[in-house]
Amino acid sequence: MTTDSTAASDRSPAPAKLALADGTIVEGTAIGERGLTGGELCFNTSMTGYQEIMTDPSYYGQLMMMTYPHIGNYGASDIDMEADAPMVAGFIVRSFTHRHSNRQADESLDEFMRRHGLVGIAGVDTRALVRHIRDEGVMNAVISSEQLDDETLVQRARDWQSMDGLELASKVTTESAYTFCEGEGARIVVYDFGVKKNILRSFRERGCTVKVVPGATPLEDVLDWEPDGLFFSNGPGDPRAMPEAIDRVGRALDTELPIFGICLGHQLMSLAQGFDVYKMFVGHRGANHPVKNLNTERVEVTTQNHGFAVDEDSIDSSIADVTHVNLNDGTVEGLRFKTFTGLSLQYHPEASPGPHDSHYHFDTFMDMMRDERDLSIPDQPAEGAPVAQ
Amino acid sequence: MPKRTDIETILLIGSGPIVIGQACEFDYSGSQAARALMEEEYRVILVNSNPATIMTDPMMADEVYLRELTPSSIAQIAREEKPDAVLPTMGGQTGLNVAQDLKESGFWEEEGIEVIGVDIDTVQITEDRQEFRTLMEEIGLDQSRSDTAKSLLEAKEITQDLGGLPVVIRPSYTLGGSGGGIVWDADEFESMVTRGLELSPAHQVLIDECLYGWKEYELELLRDPNDNVIIIASIENITPMGVHTGDSVTVAPQQTLTDKQFQKMRDAAIKAMNSIGTFAGGCNIQFAFEPSKATGYPIAKVASKLAVGYMLDELPNEITGDTSACFEPSLDYVVTKIPRFNFDKFEGVDEELTTQMKAVGEVMSIGRTFPESLQKAWQSLEIGYAGLGADREDADRETVRERLKSPHWDQLLHVRHAFRYGASVEEVYDVTQIDPWFLHQIQDMVALEEEIRSTNLRDIDERFMFEIKRNGFSDEQIAHLVPEDVDDEEVRAYRKEIDVMPVYQVVDTCAGEFPAETPYYYSSYETVNESPVTDRDKVLILGSGPNRIGQGIEFDYCCVHGVKAAREMGYEALMLNCNPETVSTDFDVADKLYFEPVYWERVLDIVEMEQPEGVILQLGGQTAIKLGERFEENDINIFGTPFEVMDFVEDRGKFTDVLSRLEIPSPPYGVAHSVDEAVQTADQLGYPTLIRPSYVLGGEGMRIAINRDEVAEYVSNILSYYPDNEILLDRFLEDAVEIDVDAVCDGEDVWITGVMQHIEPAGVHSGDSTAVLPPYSLSQEVQETIRQYTRDLAHELNVVGLLNVQMVVKDEVVYVIEANPRASRTMPFVSKACGIRIPALATKVMLGEKLKTFRESGALDCDLDGYAIKEPVFSWDKFPEVPKELGPEMKSTGEAIAFVDALNDEHFQQPYEMKDLYLSR
Repeated sequence: MTTDSTAASDRSPAPAKLALADGTIVEGTAIGERGLTGGELCFNTSMTGYQEIMTDPSYYGQLMMMTYPHIGNYGASDIDMEADAPMVAGFIVRSFTHRHSNRQADESLDEFMRRHGLVGIAGVDTRALVRHIRDEGVMNAVISSEQLDDETLVQRARDWQSMDGLELASKVTTESAYTFCEGEGARIVVYDFGVKKNILRSFRERGCTVKVVPGATPLEDVLDWEPDGLFFSNGPGDPRAMPEAIDRVGRALDTELPIFGICLGHQLMSLAQGFDVYKMFVGHRGANHPVKNLNTERVEVTTQNHGFAVDEDSIDSSIADVTHVNLNDGTVEGLRFKTFTGLSLQYHPEASPGPHDSHYHFDTFMDMMRDERDLSIPDQPAEGAPVAQ
Repeated sequence: MPKRTDIETILLIGSGPIVIGQACEFDYSGSQAARALMEEEYRVILVNSNPATIMTDPMMADEVYLRELTPSSIAQIAREEKPDAVLPTMGGQTGLNVAQDLKESGFWEEEGIEVIGVDIDTVQITEDRQEFRTLMEEIGLDQSRSDTAKSLLEAKEITQDLGGLPVVIRPSYTLGGSGGGIVWDADEFESMVTRGLELSPAHQVLIDECLYGWKEYELELLRDPNDNVIIIASIENITPMGVHTGDSVTVAPQQTLTDKQFQKMRDAAIKAMNSIGTFAGGCNIQFAFEPSKATGYPIAKVASKLAVGYMLDELPNEITGDTSACFEPSLDYVVTKIPRFNFDKFEGVDEELTTQMKAVGEVMSIGRTFPESLQKAWQSLEIGYAGLGADREDADRETVRERLKSPHWDQLLHVRHAFRYGASVEEVYDVTQIDPWFLHQIQDMVALEEEIRSTNLRDIDERFMFEIKRNGFSDEQIAHLVPEDVDDEEVRAYRKEIDVMPVYQVVDTCAGEFPAETPYYYSSYETVNESPVTDRDKVLILGSGPNRIGQGIEFDYCCVHGVKAAREMGYEALMLNCNPETVSTDFDVADKLYFEPVYWERVLDIVEMEQPEGVILQLGGQTAIKLGERFEENDINIFGTPFEVMDFVEDRGKFTDVLSRLEIPSPPYGVAHSVDEAVQTADQLGYPTLIRPSYVLGGEGMRIAINRDEVAEYVSNILSYYPDNEILLDRFLEDAVEIDVDAVCDGEDVWITGVMQHIEPAGVHSGDSTAVLPPYSLSQEVQETIRQYTRDLAHELNVVGLLNVQMVVKDEVVYVIEANPRASRTMPFVSKACGIRIPALATKVMLGEKLKTFRESGALDCDLDGYAIKEPVFSWDKFPEVPKELGPEMKSTGEAIAFVDALNDEHFQQPYEMKDLYLSR
């Protein structure tokens, strides 16, 4: 259950630095791969699930800072992957566990990071940095364990490409279409803008046959497959920089197929309906965000990861109703559409990591397809069979 | 749904005297509940028999009834006050049991009183272990195998079905698992089952499959009327299963589960909670409220509002101010709780930890990492440690091996020793079953120790010093570890030279995601200080640390009033304490709360940053007084009575000189530093002789010896614990009456707040005695002498603030035994009996006010009619192997108050008849 039985951990750390575009320099020690990496500095307040967060494609290109101080405690394991490899550009922690403890672990987090070439830094005051970007807004930064000259690093951070107006989904979408699983339930096409595996698993658990297609797949090709419903996935980047996708989503809305969108998918569906999307000062990233379901008055504790949001004032109530709102800041969290059968969510009902309070949305989508398509899907179909990739 | 308007008056039931398994966490939760309900403008009627708590302060509710918690007394109050609803969940098991008795007799229904905060029918389900199991089975949760027995025969059959010993025995409906435990052999099995059947009010015990060595977690949940459930905290027990949670070292949040594993547990917990009846409130009732301090989330306050109809999403998160209360706190620090035991009080006690709780108190500490948090917790315990060891010689191998075999209070200390002796994590894991993650952390701490051992103090550079301090090492530990001979002050001086000082972080429930204004801080060696120092005049009030026998919640009562008084006088009041069960550590009592060990280095760090006008030591019991000398050395102002006087009264010789000067009689005495000297002294004084070590609390180590052999035995015992102690010997006055006097002096005027006469003879510790206010059998002349001696002492000792004097009366002669210029254990009792906030007035006196002003405004007028009786309450049932006997060493854990009109009342008669029964040594 432990990886290392000898006394005293590997405490011959290589120095590393974190440099922010505003000139802030923080010293620490290198973890994972040695090297230099950069991206938008963001944080996540979830106390568990570091590996899911690391491998969430929505974080593509970002430097992820965990607010919980001890990271790596339970090592890394295949079953906690949300993609085939880490998606964050770098990883920042306060106290890194080299010697993990959990029966499920396949390797230590350090081994995992090195195996995937992920650069990180430990031993930094993450709380101070969180407060810094909370007050100053998100900014770019670099982590380096090779080049340690302050001025150079700050310059690298300043030169790093801004996320604003950046299309990133094409970097993380599947190269070619594949069938994730086959079952006796509904047939779903997943438009992959960086889909988390647990979304696919959630469909599989409900007996679906799931076909995952590249984000740029023409709608016609998809319809040829005769799906019962369409799903627009989460993903990284600025949705406003994806005109083709918006256009495709817009046309999909006219197909009379039930449609479900999560996160980026939700934003694309909103943009396709003419609603506005804006970049938030500080995004929502954590697993403890309260969301109220306005229909049932119930509150869900949800997993969130977004830096853009749909502007409530721009929503045309003849097209969609706001069904879910964030209790902390009142932002839009869920829409139910009137012009077609569909729902979209800003937050992550698939959790992973996070509470399972919102799993029911997948059932709602199943019901939509069952009703709309007049399908004879059993109420609780057996879990679909995985298809080897 | 907003708050209910069909309710106007709410009856709140408290938890009564403090016993092991039901401690002052319910004082805290009850106080929070009362405040929350008053805030909503309900009329709150509060019933509790415990005078030592803030909860029973008149300011807490519209009406406070200091009455016993029996169905008949509650019924009587309910008939008088006609409440619309009763909230019994803030009173622990005691409150629930009384409410349930009244439910069964149909009382609530008859009177049209609604029970809120709990579905009273379901209490039975959670308390009746078999019913609970059946329910959990229905909703599909896995459980250990188990069955209920009503006889020894049944118990044997069940055990056979479970595959034989070991099994866990749990009597139904008992506090803190009284009478339960793991049994490994047949003899033990029979005696424990028999005792369990006797102890259980339902006369049934549950026989559980033994999961010894499994891991144990706790979740703290809140549920609103709309069935929204949130998890406030996840807690991981470091001590593996088989030890009562109350006796386990625990950390929050949980450290070793993956998200999938954790969420599975969360799902199960929510499912379980929603399956239990329909109610709004908190769950995990037994240890419900400590997570408030760990997470910053005011659980009891929110639970109370849910009980009167609010939904979680209608309430704000008071910590951040503008986010929702309906969320799950995210921590960016590690909280460690360590229980505090008092085995030294109970001779012959079995110190091994089992499923039956034995701890009398606890400390909590907050650090950015587990090592920092763990070391701070050890600094908080006040048992002389400067951290997790590394401050003295290590225990020898044999002791380490012995102590690690079964769980004991010092298990983690011996884990450290084992690593010092080169044990591997696997070896220690095999023996202790402690999760390797924690073992690795401790092993890393030992590795860091080794680095310090090989570095001279002045060779420790800034970076290395930060690493050491970030791992929680105190200056005292560093001084012990570095090769050269230095003390903690030199380490501190050097540390300041290289600018390695702590900063303070806010406990904000949200890991920094949102700004939080709440002034609730812990120290850490990070980069940004979040505690802005104002230019106001400040007072630092030192709390009393963990509860223990002899120093309990009564000092917290005093601290809370001290804080309030200082604020009323315009000072910024800074509170420092490490006891999570108390009201003083509530985040909105003081202007700033520092949740820190009451340990010199941590205290001085805060003093140096805040630069208060002075500190108040008189309110926090011995804990604060012990630091007095160091404040004096560092020229830090102490408000009230000068430190020399506090110290001086402990010096028997000097104190006796004062008494002679004042012509006050005292029993003949002597001092000794060795066994021989003690025997000689005792021979001269005559027997019986009262023996005690100096500078102790609650009569620790105090004994009455009737011959030379006993003197030798007791003295050598004391010297083995306290090698250089000066031992005091007094001629013991037999069949004398003992008197406790509380007073306040402003330097000129003396206000005698109460004279109490004990029912039990002198020789029984004052904390274990039944005290009657005012005296019931002393002549006017003797009473006047008592008052005069008190006044004389107050003047002679230059007391400014509180004074407690203990006297004995024999043959109309009044002898003074000791005087303590600080808050006494009886302070809350006298305050409640007289209806005066004595510690608040005393604090104002310390800060410069004069008694004259209070006297003129009538603030000192006592409204007691008849007698008030303070009744000690014991926890004997937790230590079946210890004989019940009373002596000069205190053993009670709590107290109750009773008001009687005349001496024929049973509250007086009963102890009076039994007064000589238990006096031993």
